[in-house]
Amino acid sequence: MNLEAKALDIRKDIIELIYSAGCGHIGGDLSVTDILVDLYYKQMNVDPNKMDDPNRDRFVLSKGHSVEALYCVLADRGFFDKKELFDTYSKHLSKYIGHPNNKINGVEMNTGSLGHGLSVAVGMAMAGKMDKRDYRVYAVMGDGEMAEGSNWEAITAGAHYGLDNLTAFVDRNRLQISGTTEEVMTADDQEERWAAFGWNVISIPGNNMEAIDNAVEEAKKTKGKPTVIIANTTKGCGVSFIENKAAWHHKVPTEAEYQQALKELDERRAQL
Amino acid sequence: MNKIANKQVINDVLLEESAKDKDIIVLCSDSRGSAGMKSYAEQRPEQFVEVGIAEQNLVGISAGLAACGKKPFAVSPASFLSTRSMEQAKVDVAYSNTNVKLIGISGGVSYGALGMTHHSATDIATMGSMPNMRVYLPSDRFQTEALIRSVLKDEKPAYIRIGRNAVEDVYEEGNVPFELDKATLVKDGTDVTIIACGELVGDAKAAAEELAGKGISTRVLDMYCIKPIDKDAIIKAAKETKLIVTVEEHTMYGGMGSMVAQITAANAPVKVINLTLPDAPVVTGKSREIFKYYGLDAEGIVKTVTEQL
Ligand SMILES: Cc1ncc(C[n+]2csc(CCOP(=O)(O)OP(=O)(O)O)c2C)c(N)n1
Ligand SMILES: [Mg+2]
Repeated sequence: MNLEAKALDIRKDIIELIYSAGCGHIGGDLSVTDILVDLYYKQMNVDPNKMDDPNRDRFVLSKGHSVEALYCVLADRGFFDKKELFDTYSKHLSKYIGHPNNKINGVEMNTGSLGHGLSVAVGMAMAGKMDKRDYRVYAVMGDGEMAEGSNWEAITAGAHYGLDNLTAFVDRNRLQISGTTEEVMTADDQEERWAAFGWNVISIPGNNMEAIDNAVEEAKKTKGKPTVIIANTTKGCGVSFIENKAAWHHKVPTEAEYQQALKELDERRAQL
Repeated sequence: MNKIANKQVINDVLLEESAKDKDIIVLCSDSRGSAGMKSYAEQRPEQFVEVGIAEQNLVGISAGLAACGKKPFAVSPASFLSTRSMEQAKVDVAYSNTNVKLIGISGGVSYGALGMTHHSATDIATMGSMPNMRVYLPSDRFQTEALIRSVLKDEKPAYIRIGRNAVEDVYEEGNVPFELDKATLVKDGTDVTIIACGELVGDAKAAAEELAGKGISTRVLDMYCIKPIDKDAIIKAAKETKLIVTVEEHTMYGGMGSMVAQITAANAPVKVINLTLPDAPVVTGKSREIFKYYGLDAEGIVKTVTEQL
């Protein structure tokens, strides 16, 4: 499968979903898309029809506001009906709310309050070790989210228990709601921080599919400690006027912007 | 339709007062935009502290500032403020009795379809259960202003919850009856009393008007002061009207209605019906859709009163 093409198609779905629902966290969706595509179309052992398989890989979207990206991927992978998602997302009485919810096939954990996912992933990885299963656990955090102290408790525990079946991603797009991460609360030395806590650290261009895939492969080979992949991404990646703007954290495109976004993605798709 | 949200009023009052009182400090946790605190942050950079996405630190730092004579206002979504930083609120603010004002924004189900992580439907219970912690849910922008001006004068902990969007005025400009820790009588009546708080006071008022048309005389109490609650007003209503209906944007346990029922049971038993959110994640929707679904809007209140009276 051409994962780059898939990532562009998923981006189009995200734009469509947010535009039709009139809400969503577009910037973080577009920065995390490539990570999700590599995990769900290549790396992870998950089957929409076997979500009760104890050996399945586990995924936790700790930056739960990027739910639109996750739902577009899950719908495309056949975890649930895409039409139902698009018709009802965030509407009255819908089960598809604006954060991951485990009533929905494919979602392991409810998230949305930042700073929970990594602790949960540590628990899942620990259970895998206890039960001698060889599934892997993946968690994705935002860089603004790394200010939550609970993450650093989870990071300490992950290293303490040598959870080499655990891979964390930091979606390092350098923006959060109020501005850049450096202005809001220093986050520049993510690599040094995680390394100091005992993790294997891999820093990559985070919207590059090959780099993501290589990093996940390296994480699988790393023994005795968990791996963090610092994915240096672009918030809003793929749509010129959304890229790198804090204001697009949860702005909804106008009709003209919506058309423009689809056009840009189509153009990039044609160039592949 | 009023367009000024309660949070905007808080921003404006703090902006004005902080010019005179340099000890006023506003703290946000990547929440200044949703808090309506952008202009404050821009105009009072020396009296504004950004802590990043770290609500526990937000409240701990606030308590430290207060312990050194500052007057901190920690402004963050009510959901995270009332649960994530609950222990800091309990130990560093309530127990230590520090002068920290916790302002819970986008409270209740304001965040609608974002779901239970973002709803603060248990904040009266969590915050109200702590000794020393006062809990206020003002109704409209005028009462919010009166409340903020009032708590600025004291040096005790308080948790104030407001909603995300502008709500209809309950009171009129220049005519805002307000006495701290006394319920406001919005409308007098002799058959039934509706006790409401926060955004739902407007619905209680509208319901009372509709009930008047049906010949039911309805008293409406704005119980913005949930803790300390106005016992006297509750006992008086229990003695003078045949039914009390409470209405709140909160779950059924440990909310304002539970407190009203405790007081009436001990002092003047009367039938008390609690209209609340369910003991479950609420259905998906915007606040108004959620209120309607659970019968908390004017229509639902009228239905309950006519059935129960
Ligand atoms: C505990 C908690 N506090 C605050 C929020 C509100 N919030 C949602 S997204 C966000 C910014 C996230 O920034 P970042 O982690 O950098 O994510 P990204 O840039 O990938 O969107 C905030 C503050 C939340 N969801 N949870
Ligand atoms: Mg970010």
